[in-house]
Amino acid sequence: MFGLTALELARIQFGFTISAHIIFPAITIGLASYLAVLEALWLWKKDTTYRDLYHFWSHIFAVNFAMGVVSGIVMAYQFGTNWSHYSAFAGTITGPLLSYEVLTAFFLEAGFLGVMLFGWSKVGPGLHFFATVMVAIGTLISATWILASNSWMQTPQGFEIINGRVVPVDWLKVIFNPSFPYRLAHMTVAAYLAVALFVGASGAWHLLKRRDTPAVRRMLSMAMWMVLIVTPMQIAIGDQHGLVDLKYQPAKIAAVEGHWENQPGESLPLILFGLPDMNAETTRYAVQVPHLGSLVLTHSWNGQIPGLKDFAPQDRPNSTIVFWTFRIMVGLGFLMLLLGLWGAWARWRHELYRSKLFLRFAVLMGPAGLIAIVAGWLTTEIGRQPWVVYGVMRTKDAASNHSALELSITLIVFIVMYMAVFGTGIRYMLKLVAKGPQPQGEHPPEPEGQSGRPARPLSAVPDRIDPAIDLPGGRRR
Amino acid sequence: MGIDLPVIWAVIIGFGLMMYVVMDGFDLGIGILFPFIRDRGDRDTLVNTVAPVWDGNETWLVLGGATLMAAFPLAYSVLLSALYIPIFFMLAGLIWRGVAFEFRFKADEAHRPFWDKAFAWGSYIATFSQGVALGAFINGFKVTGASYDGGSFDWLSPFSLFTGVGLIVAYALLGCTWLIMKTEGELQHRLKALAPRVTLVLVAAIVIVSVWTPLTHPSIATRWFSFPNIIIFSPVPVLVVATTWVMMRVLRNETHASPFLLALLLLFLGYTGLAISLWPNIIPPAISIREAAGPPESMGFTLVGALFVIPFILAYTAMSYYVFRGKVRAGEGYH
Repeated sequence: MFGLTALELARIQFGFTISAHIIFPAITIGLASYLAVLEALWLWKKDTTYRDLYHFWSHIFAVNFAMGVVSGIVMAYQFGTNWSHYSAFAGTITGPLLSYEVLTAFFLEAGFLGVMLFGWSKVGPGLHFFATVMVAIGTLISATWILASNSWMQTPQGFEIINGRVVPVDWLKVIFNPSFPYRLAHMTVAAYLAVALFVGASGAWHLLKRRDTPAVRRMLSMAMWMVLIVTPMQIAIGDQHGLVDLKYQPAKIAAVEGHWENQPGESLPLILFGLPDMNAETTRYAVQVPHLGSLVLTHSWNGQIPGLKDFAPQDRPNSTIVFWTFRIMVGLGFLMLLLGLWGAWARWRHELYRSKLFLRFAVLMGPAGLIAIVAGWLTTEIGRQPWVVYGVMRTKDAASNHSALELSITLIVFIVMYMAVFGTGIRYMLKLVAKGPQPQGEHPPEPEGQSGRPARPLSAVPDRIDPAIDLPGGRRR
Repeated sequence: MGIDLPVIWAVIIGFGLMMYVVMDGFDLGIGILFPFIRDRGDRDTLVNTVAPVWDGNETWLVLGGATLMAAFPLAYSVLLSALYIPIFFMLAGLIWRGVAFEFRFKADEAHRPFWDKAFAWGSYIATFSQGVALGAFINGFKVTGASYDGGSFDWLSPFSLFTGVGLIVAYALLGCTWLIMKTEGELQHRLKALAPRVTLVLVAAIVIVSVWTPLTHPSIATRWFSFPNIIIFSPVPVLVVATTWVMMRVLRNETHASPFLLALLLLFLGYTGLAISLWPNIIPPAISIREAAGPPESMGFTLVGALFVIPFILAYTAMSYYVFRGKVRAGEGYH
């Protein structure tokens, strides 16, 4: 397909399915903690807007959780189907870590998700809050295992290679590998930020539609505090993450910066825009700021980092792609910073809920966190190429021996199916968002007609909202 | 250390796989019966009987995938890459069917038939793919060193296509008998009329597989027909015959739970027969659980978590089946 090799198609397939997947867990992580905070505030202040917001977002949480489960099944098998040589070599480490993730997720689902989604009037408020908190903690533990697994592939340690395969000798070293704490912090905070932006956009959207209720105001207000406080933290964490990458994966940073070679004694500029050309070994049309690269990456005025030419051509990641995915992530990050500051200023001027221009900006920024997450992952994953286990196993040695034709067909089916199924799921979520939080009065709402109902995520939503399917090329009935 | 990790893990994964086959089996079976039950109200009742439990059933599939990689990375890598196409179709079928489960209730009238079709088609494709994978598994794989060395379509054979159809029949029987247990009145009556035919087709399929495998695999023939094995293993075929006979009898009278329990027994016997044929190989025809096992560092580490969490999953499963026990009536309780 399009002259792509089997290896490239296998990488695109993995990249596509995992990019589609990561969106749902990211929302799950952020929303679970948001729900825990809402319930805590409801129990503490007895203000019904918190409770109404809890019910509103728990419905969206349920649909999103179901999408995450469905898209996750594919991931549990893809390591074997498409990356069998990797699995045979390093499944000894990835397998146990993924098993722990699955066990955590199921433990959580078996224990607390049902209570959280269905138990509002069946268990006491304390126990219900406990269940929500446990779900939130569970999502964080799940993320911990997955990020440990990924980070080990980026900065592997704690293992020996015996008889041609990886044998874990120190699990603590495997899990707490050098890039793990930074990646975990960066991803968790990214999930929080993405959900804050999404919640804020929902509030702003309802305000623009003249549905000015206390609950709508509260969700915009909470979201803007979150964006204001967390964005600078995220930028600081990202900076530290970059320094770790520079130490352990210098080629990745060189590619991200489109930096080819050093001149003796010369400082490193920061290239704002440009087009890295892998064949010509240069970054074309570069617009650069002198010294800023040194300042950001070495925290000194004239510091240098290795350039791409310091690495053999077969050891270089594709700078053309990661240069841009990185700039999309960082650019969105600075727009988030702007949104947070603007929100604070609008709040101070008492026009947070009125300024049309600000509200429109907040709506536009709704998907920014999720886009930044995907762009960030593309940067870190493409940036570690050509290695699947950094410095230990090359990606080309990891793939199964499938033909390009086979991979093309499965990729096309995956894309069409994901568009249809998850497109429908996302539309469904947006329809729920569009309904807005409903004030419930004194009696807590309970999903209607749910007697004999299962404790399943999707069925937590009582509404009949038509999930019409949208296939590329028109509506199908 | 005294703990035989490969055996423990083979038992855990084998148990998990059986849980999956039994539990997702009957809810896939309901999708398989969909084309035979046209009435809309009946279809709702059918789906409502499994709605409370079906997604817990798929837990075992995901758990199976992850723990197989942890305990037997070689088997995970060889089996999955050799079975890439059937597994791909299985996943696609399960995804469609999983979302159709919910969306058919949430859709408006115009879109409902689409999700009904997605539900039935997804169930057929997922089941057939699993059956094909099973047949290919019995036939064995070509392995060189630590990797699969066969072609993309080695899984495709008359035998694997036959086991694909066979599994559709097996799940249809599980679904049909489950529904006899969960429904009543005219619908139950029709299902009871259907069950004997499905049973006989399934037994015929079991007989054909039981003759076909030893004929094409001398090692399996030796396993079953050498002395004293032929005596030790003889209860398996005898029990299959006995179970079928009891099944046909109970279906003639007023009955509720017994056909389902008998169908489970039949499936369990088939599963046992398979285990007898293949043990201790995890990548037939020649790689045993010991050869495919991961290092003890990986198996032991994962075992701690599995032993802690699996009891919770079992308790939770048992609880949800207990809570949702009894008959499901038309238009009752759901949505």
